[in-house]
Amino acid sequence: MIRSPYISDAPSVSTIMGKVLLALVPAIAVYVWMYGGGILITLTLATLTALLTEALMLQLRDRPVKPFLSDYSAVITAWLLALAIPPLTPWWLIVLGTAFAIIFAKQLYGGLGYNPFNPAMVGYAVLLISFPVLMTKWPAALQLAQTPLSFSEQWQFIFSGQLPQGVLIDAVTSATPLDYLKTQLKLEQDISVIQSAPLFGTLGGKGSEYVAVAYLLGGLYLWQQKIISWHLPTAFLGVLALFSAAFWLADAAHYASPVFHLFSGASMLCAFFIITDPVSGPTTPRGKLYFAGGVAIITYLIRVYGGYPDGVAFAVIFMNICVPLIDIYTQPRVFGHEK
Amino acid sequence: MNALVSLGKIFKFNGGVHPPENKAQSTQLPIAKLSLPASLVLPLRQHVGNIPKVKVSVGDHVLKGQLLAEAEGMVSAAIHAPTSGTITAIAEAIIPHPSGLPDHCITLQPDGLDTWIDHHGIDWRNTDKRTLVNSLRLSGIVGLGGATFPTHVKLNADGRSGVHTLVINAAECEPYITCDDMLMRERATEIVQGIAIAQHLLGATQVLIGIEDNKPEAIAAMQQAIANSTMQVVVVPTLYPSGDARRLVHLLLGEEIPYNKRATEVGIQVFNVATVLALHRFFDIGEPSISRIVSMTGNVSQPRNFEVLFGTPLMHLVDAAGGAKPDTTHFIMGGPMMGFNLPEANVPITKAANCIIAASPNLFAPPPPAMPCIRCARCADACPVSLQPQELYWFAKSDNFEKARDYKLFDCIECGACSYVCPSDIPLVQYYRYAKSEIIAADKAKEAADLARERNEARLARIEREKLERAQKHAERAQAAKTDANKDLNTGNQQAVRSETSEATQATPADANDAKKVAIAAAIERAKAQKLNSTAELKSDVAKPAQASTESQTDASADEAKKAAIAAAIARAKAQKAAALQSGVAPKNVEAASTSVQQEIAEIDARRQAVGITPVEQPPQAQADKQAAIAAAIARAKAQKAAAEAAKAAETSEKKD
Repeated sequence: MIRSPYISDAPSVSTIMGKVLLALVPAIAVYVWMYGGGILITLTLATLTALLTEALMLQLRDRPVKPFLSDYSAVITAWLLALAIPPLTPWWLIVLGTAFAIIFAKQLYGGLGYNPFNPAMVGYAVLLISFPVLMTKWPAALQLAQTPLSFSEQWQFIFSGQLPQGVLIDAVTSATPLDYLKTQLKLEQDISVIQSAPLFGTLGGKGSEYVAVAYLLGGLYLWQQKIISWHLPTAFLGVLALFSAAFWLADAAHYASPVFHLFSGASMLCAFFIITDPVSGPTTPRGKLYFAGGVAIITYLIRVYGGYPDGVAFAVIFMNICVPLIDIYTQPRVFGHEK
Repeated sequence: MNALVSLGKIFKFNGGVHPPENKAQSTQLPIAKLSLPASLVLPLRQHVGNIPKVKVSVGDHVLKGQLLAEAEGMVSAAIHAPTSGTITAIAEAIIPHPSGLPDHCITLQPDGLDTWIDHHGIDWRNTDKRTLVNSLRLSGIVGLGGATFPTHVKLNADGRSGVHTLVINAAECEPYITCDDMLMRERATEIVQGIAIAQHLLGATQVLIGIEDNKPEAIAAMQQAIANSTMQVVVVPTLYPSGDARRLVHLLLGEEIPYNKRATEVGIQVFNVATVLALHRFFDIGEPSISRIVSMTGNVSQPRNFEVLFGTPLMHLVDAAGGAKPDTTHFIMGGPMMGFNLPEANVPITKAANCIIAASPNLFAPPPPAMPCIRCARCADACPVSLQPQELYWFAKSDNFEKARDYKLFDCIECGACSYVCPSDIPLVQYYRYAKSEIIAADKAKEAADLARERNEARLARIEREKLERAQKHAERAQAAKTDANKDLNTGNQQAVRSETSEATQATPADANDAKKVAIAAAIERAKAQKLNSTAELKSDVAKPAQASTESQTDASADEAKKAAIAAAIARAKAQKAAALQSGVAPKNVEAASTSVQQEIAEIDARRQAVGITPVEQPPQAQADKQAAIAAAIARAKAQKAAAEAAKAAETSEKKD
């Protein structure tokens, strides 16, 4: 019985996932700085829910609990979902979304390594469809809010739905730049006029653009650590930029600039953390380019023509469906074989 | 096709890994000559191909370099006495094979005198190439890089090979192994003399010596040795598996040898550096292949390279290296990437043994339980063949063998780079070995079924024809008897009696003719089977390193093999019975034939003996050979069963996790 190789040099699954979590930390810090500590509550709720449901499901499926809990994959799902949904929402929203993601999108398909869809995006899509109003109630950046909420006030709102005396919900939330852009364009406003609203910053939305930059930095760290390859982020951001540039150059009054698209919504999160999920993505280098390009195009089309302000979740889920096909048709040439 | 090399240009292949080299430990001391052990055990199967034919008997006194067993068939290699002494046994003994099963070995007790047989070099420059290659059959030289493919097969017998480039493989990319490194440092001149011989035999115009850049001393020595020649040393980056022949050819020439072709078909031949040195010793001095350099390293007190006589017990080598440290658990033959656990510590050193590593849990930690594949494709990035290991794993695990074949499973060289980088610690290569052996077994079964069907159809046709012929004969005879009776009553009676007897023994001239036809048919079948066997071996062996080829030779699923073994036993019994019937006539040498063919032959023999036809002359060794072949088949089947079980076990353990 040959057991070679006897040696190995690979980061464990836990190390890889741990580095992904680490790469999210700068974005979380910026988030707290821009929107207050409420996100930490959502992140904690999501993490606990993910670990609990994962443990429960592993138990039910008669699988060892400890090795799978310590691979951190459930925590990643939790964090990505928490970062994708509005932070000022009732506690049960994130709990429900996370539980759905872990139970239905991950464990029922066989757990780690077997889920065809990105669990966080499935959780997001379910929440968006089921609770559209709550899912669009984004808090305004602290500097924009009429009455910025303290951490304890955010805590209270998340768990009891109570705002401080005399503060209305509209005073703490605002439309996201993508949302605002969409509704204003429907009112036949010019882009230049729309983007002069206080909501907009230099790159994307005020506040959120810094978070986007932090995602970009975290993503570059992952690339430097060889956790992700350049293919996915480059293809996603490149195609999104190209597509939006084409429309913008043709009609700058009605289409936002590529820079705005790159730094708004979930673009950066998607480029470095969502589509880079290896399990639900393609494995071949060429396939990764097609996959990410597809996500970018669908995202752009939903943003511009669809019913939702952002389209990352649906784009990712749709492209997840295409992964087996992409993998089949993008097999690299094997050494010594003709093309 | 005439690829020319611009110095310094390297054509990289996909992937590759760079494990810790661990070569320094065994390069501190020069190569030492190992002392004579108390006894030498020489396995007959030390190479890829047929078992050689034993030419000595127990009790014979032999001289150093004397032929003990000669190459049998095209792909086979001779075995020589590594020292002078007495043959004490020709029997089964444990050999260094992953299966841990015994195989036929010659045991030689040295007389301590180390007396050489009369030997001398030949003027190879002025000798016909065909003669040279034929004499090489007697040298026992096989690829010493680990593949152990008989060298005379690689040097085309017609001397017009069409090879323009000779690549000398001195990459030695596996960690721990340093035998080629030390050989080049110390014997560069002799190596270059050997290269000249190989170049002469092949008619190659270009010689490239590929050495990894982690062997500066060897590079310097080789560069000095080739100073006044057209040969070139090409330094390649240290990246496993650059020592794989196809990878090395690509590195040096930028040429991908097509998957379905051998290097020679595109005008390239690759020889290991130790193999060409063996050529030099054989042609210039007359010494056959009786020793090699072995790296004895790992968990021993004094790691070092030794010149070891084939057949030397492993422990003799371990002791010479200062002995194994107390926490040594077992020994690995080969490197840590492609080597295998030796079944016992008392196995002999063979031609394939380039390196022995004393293993301890400290050196090679047992792998953690496998996690599910997360499709990270690190394996695909590392694969030097540009395969998709994650897909192959998936197909192998789900027994989807057709898909695995579609995804070029058989292009896998089992280098282990994929497992090396797998974050989930999945024993990927074992899945591939399992899938390969399953596919090969299924193919063989199908082939055998087709063959059986063809033979059955032919048999039915023959029976039908014989029936007709007999009916005709009866009619003729009846006619003849009638006329004879009219002529001479007396003779007529005699004739009737005679015809009666002959009918009983079925020995009429026409029937004898039939038997002859059957014999011819059997001979053709045998030849076909042999050809099939040898081509299959050629295909699998040239392409893959040693471990790969030994594995791929496992030929039947456990169940089938059991049946085959029973059939073989029946065949053997029949043959023995037939032999007893007609003493002095041993059964044919049917070593290469499949068991079903063997049985068929046995039946034919029995039939022929009944008619009184003497079978063609055969060597007395044949019986032993056949038994060895059957034993080997059983051994292979057992090994395969074990492999399958282990793979299953691995799978279950993974599932549990």
